[in-house]
Amino acid sequence: MTGRSTVVRRVMVRPEAGAILGALLLWTIFAYLGGGNGFLTVAGTAGILEVAAQIGIVGTTVALLMIAGQYDLSVGSTVGATGMVLALGLSEFHLQVWAAVMLALTLGLGVGLVNGLLVIKTGLPSFIVTLASFYVLRGGTIAVTRAMTGLTVVGGLDEYTKNDPFAMLFMARFGDFRVAIVWWLLLAAASAYVLHRTRMGNWIFATGGNASAARMVGVPTNRVLVVLFMLTAFSAALLAVLQVLAFNGADALRGQQKEFEAITAAVIGGTLLTGGYGTAIGPIFGALTLAIVQLGIFFAGIDTDWYKVMVGSLLLLAVGFNESIRRLAMRVRR
Amino acid sequence: MTAGTPVIELREASKFFGHVVALERVSMSVRPGEVVCLLGDNGAGKSTLIKLLSGVFHPDEGSLWVDGSLARFGSPRDAVAAGIATVYQDLALFPLMTISRNFIVGTEPARGRGMLAAIRFREADTLVRQNLLEIGIEVRDTSDLVGTLSGGERQTLAIARAEHIGARLLILDEPTSALGVKEAAIVLRNVLRARAKGLAIVFITHNVHHAYAVGDRFLFLSRGRVLGVYDRDALTVDEMTRLMGGGAELEDLTNELEQLRRQGESDGRGAAGNGGGGTDVAGGGGAVRGAMGTDAGGSAARAQE
Repeated sequence: MTGRSTVVRRVMVRPEAGAILGALLLWTIFAYLGGGNGFLTVAGTAGILEVAAQIGIVGTTVALLMIAGQYDLSVGSTVGATGMVLALGLSEFHLQVWAAVMLALTLGLGVGLVNGLLVIKTGLPSFIVTLASFYVLRGGTIAVTRAMTGLTVVGGLDEYTKNDPFAMLFMARFGDFRVAIVWWLLLAAASAYVLHRTRMGNWIFATGGNASAARMVGVPTNRVLVVLFMLTAFSAALLAVLQVLAFNGADALRGQQKEFEAITAAVIGGTLLTGGYGTAIGPIFGALTLAIVQLGIFFAGIDTDWYKVMVGSLLLLAVGFNESIRRLAMRVRR
Repeated sequence: MTAGTPVIELREASKFFGHVVALERVSMSVRPGEVVCLLGDNGAGKSTLIKLLSGVFHPDEGSLWVDGSLARFGSPRDAVAAGIATVYQDLALFPLMTISRNFIVGTEPARGRGMLAAIRFREADTLVRQNLLEIGIEVRDTSDLVGTLSGGERQTLAIARAEHIGARLLILDEPTSALGVKEAAIVLRNVLRARAKGLAIVFITHNVHHAYAVGDRFLFLSRGRVLGVYDRDALTVDEMTRLMGGGAELEDLTNELEQLRRQGESDGRGAAGNGGGGTDVAGGGGAVRGAMGTDAGGSAARAQE
């Protein structure tokens, strides 16, 4: 093998290689198709990053959990539930903004704790456990909100959040760019650090790669999983806080399909569905890919009904591509 | 060679799963610089015994001793902390992780303690290279995935890792069973090398030749019980093969079958009017023979009673 092809191979077998290439390629295509309509403007770029942040905040942590071999289908419902707790805390209980935000984030951690404990105590697949919480949280949020307010939507929160310095942490804008983008990149950077630099990261890979072997060599796999479930739910709560404060209201139905978008971003980003393989950088580009397609279609003048068709096709392509890359990485070298 | 306090010792240990007796009053010990081979057929209780030693299970009865004092492992992590490292057959590695990361799982060299401590990768790489060199594997790059290594290389890496983690007691579960002759030889050589370094080793195998090549003592298990513990000079490979097959039980079965065969022959003669042998055979022995013979003979024996 020549030096050059080794370098190329080394880059190509990175799990996130496909997502980076894909995002670049799609961006180029839509820049060509929709460049004249504003895709390339600052506002267009801010829009892409905003959508990517909405997907990526949850996608980043869901990817970590998937690398550890588990799923969280309840993140979308958690967005709805924690957002509503924040909104009701402000409008019904007149809490301080910081107190209401802390309440929402704590509830998020609690949801994750329950999910995690249920998974490790019952030994049931997390797919089923979190599917159950997906229903329970969504139904509960709608029922409680309607019982308290008669509606499933709470609005007009700006009277509580206006000029609140704590609220600005989640509401600030820099020109066209919302602060959610910063939160996303911070969370992704923290995830990357944890996954690739720390002991916890090694344990995440080991837990997803071979849980029984990991236990045998002393990895506290249960603790790893509970922490990760708390992290996914916490990121959902963070997204909810950002949405509620930015849009001045909460909707009990908020966050629907977030669970699938997060998994899609993770998979396009090179996360292996069966665990044990992936990166924290990949899901950033997975989220960007979805955002580029979503806004690209709009700017290119294509009927946005086709968005999901494209996402589905992309997902299939990405899985196929990542699988072949993984096989290349696994090939015995002599 | 076998002087000193055992690194690990089981005394009269039993393990039950519901009504199933997986291990019954098993005692064993391993001293530094000693290779104890654990032999037995499938289902003899070898895996259960390993799991008692490595902290996966607790003995339901009896006790576990580490360095001469009573121990109770809450988890495999406790066993690892006590210096007990286990290489499980086919289970030991993470094919999709790099060689470096595989090597340090569970014992990551890190700045500080706790989950979020940063791994010292440079130290890990040096460590891995040194260990692999010592054990005779040459890798281009410690950031290659373990999935790219051959079977023998993987097993040897797993042993090197366990050695690195434990460094006092190595438990090797069938380390040679999936390997060719050449690769098995590499593994066996490494077992002896570890022994020379003063490690205590529990070596589990089906293969008596592999066991005889490295073992100081041999413990034979059958149906959850110890058939016997033998020193190396008290055994030959033939005797080991016999013991492997279940030892005394197998002997009983062979004798019984032999008796049945002869019985069939003499019964044939008996029907022809031959009176048989001495009086004592015609007594109790006759009833037993009848019960073990044909249906007619069986009912005849019952009728006599």
